[in-house]
Amino acid sequence: MIEQENISNREIVLKLKDLHKSFGNNHVLNGFNMHLYKGENLVIMGKSGSGKSVMIKCLVGLLEADSGTISVMHNDITKLDQEALDILRADIGFLFQGSALYDSMTVRENLEFPLRRHTKKFNGHIDTEEMVVEALENVGLASAIDLMPSELSGGMKRRVALARTLILQPKIILYDEPTSGLDPITAKEIIILMQDIQKKYGTSSLIITHDVDCARVISDRMILLINGIDYAVGTYAELSSSTDPKIKAFFKH
Amino acid sequence: MLGLYSIKTQLKSFLIEIGELSLFTARYFREAFKRPFEFKELLRQCYNMGNRSLLLVAITGFIIGLVLTLQTRPTLMEFGAVSWMPSMVSISIVREIGPIITALVCAGRIGSGIGAELGSMRVTEQIDAMEVSGTNPFKYLVVTRVLAVTLMLPILVILGDVIALFGSFLVENIKGNVSFMLFFNQVFDALEFGDIIPATIKSFFFGLAIGLVGCFKGYYCEKGTEGVGKAANSAVVFTSLLLFIIDFMAVFVTDIFYDL
Repeated sequence: MIEQENISNREIVLKLKDLHKSFGNNHVLNGFNMHLYKGENLVIMGKSGSGKSVMIKCLVGLLEADSGTISVMHNDITKLDQEALDILRADIGFLFQGSALYDSMTVRENLEFPLRRHTKKFNGHIDTEEMVVEALENVGLASAIDLMPSELSGGMKRRVALARTLILQPKIILYDEPTSGLDPITAKEIIILMQDIQKKYGTSSLIITHDVDCARVISDRMILLINGIDYAVGTYAELSSSTDPKIKAFFKH
Repeated sequence: MLGLYSIKTQLKSFLIEIGELSLFTARYFREAFKRPFEFKELLRQCYNMGNRSLLLVAITGFIIGLVLTLQTRPTLMEFGAVSWMPSMVSISIVREIGPIITALVCAGRIGSGIGAELGSMRVTEQIDAMEVSGTNPFKYLVVTRVLAVTLMLPILVILGDVIALFGSFLVENIKGNVSFMLFFNQVFDALEFGDIIPATIKSFFFGLAIGLVGCFKGYYCEKGTEGVGKAANSAVVFTSLLLFIIDFMAVFVTDIFYDL
């Protein structure tokens, strides 16, 4: 088991400690630990059904953990009331695996939707139109503003979803399988976009992926989630050169 | 032995579902009176549900009026009581047939639509995305839809009743040469507030049931496209059953008031 003790003065923006989550007799997370530094790209890899999506959903309060602590920007989200959680959520962007665009709304309405509840974050000074256009320009889709999600390709949907994630100017972005279901070229475009956004806004990113190429390009650090625990932590170079058969299995092409 | 076990299992899951629906209903009433109110979405839903069901309710009402009159006419003629036709048709349509048929049509049109829409939103994580963006999806999706059906159904029932009576008049006019004035004079003579008010109150409850069951089935839809289909289908089946139960209870309560 590789354990990297990264002694750093960097601020930790997100921390999970001894997280447990079960569904009946199916123990998905068995004491998972992780932390994310400010401005860092942390990739979490694991097999299908290993609990990656469950973990990320616990992180934003979509699922309730059985035990353990979840600290997001020094707030224990398990102890927050609904209002405080909603305010905190304005600082956490979430890119869903299937984009999760509201299909009864246009692209413009999709992007306007998160702004409705978070006017306080911008001290009430919101130029919705300007913010929507800027977010779409960031992902290179300003021309799609009045289209319906059904009129967009898979890659365009993912970009619009990313723009919707960005519109609240979050400090942390959680990516759930950002390249899954996309062709290699579009997947590469999405990875470049994620890097550009990270550079432009200095966000911290937690990326869940199966895509080894994505992990290689984007990760500062990686965690391998095996049997519900943080089995291995390290950089891509460290983990990919490991002799542990369980770790090696992830990097076989 | 196996059959008994199967009945026991089915009964248990039915009772669990009733319990969950009761909790869902309680949550609806709690959330409905809490700020912020989603007026814009409520109006959009009212328009969608009212406007899009209008034609279906109108056609159904018209056909019911025609058929009821055509089927009843020969029997009334045998007894020489054909002049009672407007009174009989109006009372049966306003008290019973209009509300229940409109509610059943809306259960199919609106209830299944809500079940499928919310189910699809659940499966594609749109509801999760809404929650992550800081919007309470229960308030935005469920409260607005349930309230919209509850408000729209009585209006649709009244419209359906009027069109059914017009259908009945057409038959009477063609077969019995009854004038518009004569027909509707008899209709209004026969009807009392005691017929219209309970039927309208009953329609509110029908609307509430359609909205609640449709939203409940969709909101807690199982994963996958099969889950969406199941949600839409079971929303219609469960609502239809519930509508007849509510109808029976409404008639029972109205009857008690008539006796007082």
